[in-house]
Amino acid sequence: MTVVFEKPKALTDAVLHYCPGCTHGIVHRLVAEAIDELGIEGRTIGIAPVGCAVMAYDYFACDMIEASHGRAPAVATGVKRSMPENIVFTYQGDGDLASIGLCETVSTAARGENITIIFINNAIYGMTGGQMAPTSLLGQVTQTSPYGRDPKTQGYPINICELLSSLDAPAYLERVTVNSVAHVRQAKKAIKKAFQNQVEGKGFSLVEVLSACPTNWGMTPQKALEWIDEKMIPRYPLGVYRDKED
Amino acid sequence: MQEKVLMKGNEAIAEAAILAGCRHYFGYPITPQTEVAAYMAKRMPKIGGTFLQAESEIAAINMVYGVASTGKRAMTSSSSPGISLKTEGISYLAGADLPALIVNVQRGGPGLGGIQPSQSDYFLATRGPGHGDFHVLVFAPSSVQEMADLTSLAFDLAEKYRMPAMLLADGTMGQMMEPVVLPEPTELTREKPWAVTGTKCAREHNIINSLYLSPQELERLNIERFERYKTIEATETRWESFMMDDAEICIVSCGITARVSRNAIVEARKQGIKVGMIRPITLWPFPEKPLLEAAEKVKAFVCVELNMGQMIQDVELAIKCRKPVSLCSRVGGMIPSPEEVLAAIKQANE
Amino acid sequence: MAKLTFKEELCKGCGLCVNACPKKILTLSKTKLNAKGHAPVECEKPEECIGCASCAIMCPDCVITVER
Repeated sequence: MTVVFEKPKALTDAVLHYCPGCTHGIVHRLVAEAIDELGIEGRTIGIAPVGCAVMAYDYFACDMIEASHGRAPAVATGVKRSMPENIVFTYQGDGDLASIGLCETVSTAARGENITIIFINNAIYGMTGGQMAPTSLLGQVTQTSPYGRDPKTQGYPINICELLSSLDAPAYLERVTVNSVAHVRQAKKAIKKAFQNQVEGKGFSLVEVLSACPTNWGMTPQKALEWIDEKMIPRYPLGVYRDKED
Repeated sequence: MQEKVLMKGNEAIAEAAILAGCRHYFGYPITPQTEVAAYMAKRMPKIGGTFLQAESEIAAINMVYGVASTGKRAMTSSSSPGISLKTEGISYLAGADLPALIVNVQRGGPGLGGIQPSQSDYFLATRGPGHGDFHVLVFAPSSVQEMADLTSLAFDLAEKYRMPAMLLADGTMGQMMEPVVLPEPTELTREKPWAVTGTKCAREHNIINSLYLSPQELERLNIERFERYKTIEATETRWESFMMDDAEICIVSCGITARVSRNAIVEARKQGIKVGMIRPITLWPFPEKPLLEAAEKVKAFVCVELNMGQMIQDVELAIKCRKPVSLCSRVGGMIPSPEEVLAAIKQANE
Repeated sequence: MAKLTFKEELCKGCGLCVNACPKKILTLSKTKLNAKGHAPVECEKPEECIGCASCAIMCPDCVITVER
């Protein structure tokens, strides 16, 4: 018998601190699998955000930097300009990337920095206990939208892939999810491509992953996966928003 | 002996940084320091370096954080309102023990303030510019020559002690032109085993980080950092004494006001008043020792500065309030004249 | 012929693997808790496992190794 599935080498043995059923763990694994398959662990530098994934620096076996809230793309820009031969990725949540760090996100994409961004969109602030995110859905009840997100006072969700697709520079933008085996397989392809692009010097690549937060959504893990299908995908359609082939 | 070149203060910083081995500059336009960015924009592409006009001061300091994480020399420059924005990043640099140079060519504040010279970021710089317990090395140049020399020194000490350094110039220093002998190019030889450069799968991963959820560990790291600060206070404090041998009045001033004070001292001496000056070159660490020694000899201190009285607090602390300290200051972009300083000297002498 | 190995101590009992399994042979333990207090996943009918790795693909915590 041969091993057909095991923990990728680019993940350390540290125990993930995420809640039961949180899909951060799946996405971490997909990133690590991509790093393993491309054979780039030794030259990869990852940048962790502020938010639930703050301790990603303990989980990835490559060199890691912990950035301040929202600034990971700016830090990545500095690292990539300093070490152009290295592979640089950021791993950011929706509060980090789409709210406090939106300026850095847009500007880094507009410059077409040759980096890879893994963007976790779970429509909520997880680490601080479930507040409204820029990507929270209309009507979504959170700690800070207790009567449901009202567009009159709290505005509309931000669709990052669509927003960035209005820019010239990005090489690759795709939205995926990880709520089923088939979707995880597709997410894996997208994440690997986002790294492959950087290896080939194609420029800015971002993969948005619709992710589940059972704890702060107040659902069982399985129900949370279904909620992605029912509520999130209609607002955030899956698919490729940019793919510059050479 | 190298030849002298006539340079603007801001340009001297930029060229000295390049000579110090800095190949990564990130900035954002703001008066009165924009010449640093403009100079770097011209020079960096020609020497294989990076000039990047960032989307914000916040992004610029975080780009510096990125380069510093890889162990290379990086800098940003700004003026007071922009430095407020950078303080978050400076705190993270300090928390992650990363070296970097931040130039602050100060203008008047608060708020948008004005664009004329000021020293009103003294507190901001010397008390640790950002949240948390920390210091940055703070250098106060008083000539274009020092703009160059202290840039070089700042990079070196920042690296030696793994901490950010701030060149705290006032707007006059940035804008004035003087002949300057540029420093010799620095050879970069320091090993940085802590840097993130890729593990090459040959070592454990390095982590650049300032998050410590264990209070015991965070306390230990803070204490260790302050132990390092003690060494710096003991060995890296710099100042210049001027006519202090027989002085009865001691002026304390840095930057442009030290130059004005020098003229006032020469005039006061002509009038028979024994006055000298201790000019701090490092504002953190602050030259407490020479001031305390001076307190044994002089009868009064006069602090000359471009703010409502900030450095004066450090002077009073340094001399343990043993002698009276008076303030001679102008703010908002105004600079005291030698006559105003002379009047303050005379008043202190009475 | 396929074999599943569980790193039981890593399991948080979220059950995503249980739902992903096409043969419906996984369950959360009804008799034990791991050190973290979670009921870990178990395979009720190992002989029926087809080694498709669906469980491992959906596991957020790399609990499952699949051999075939």
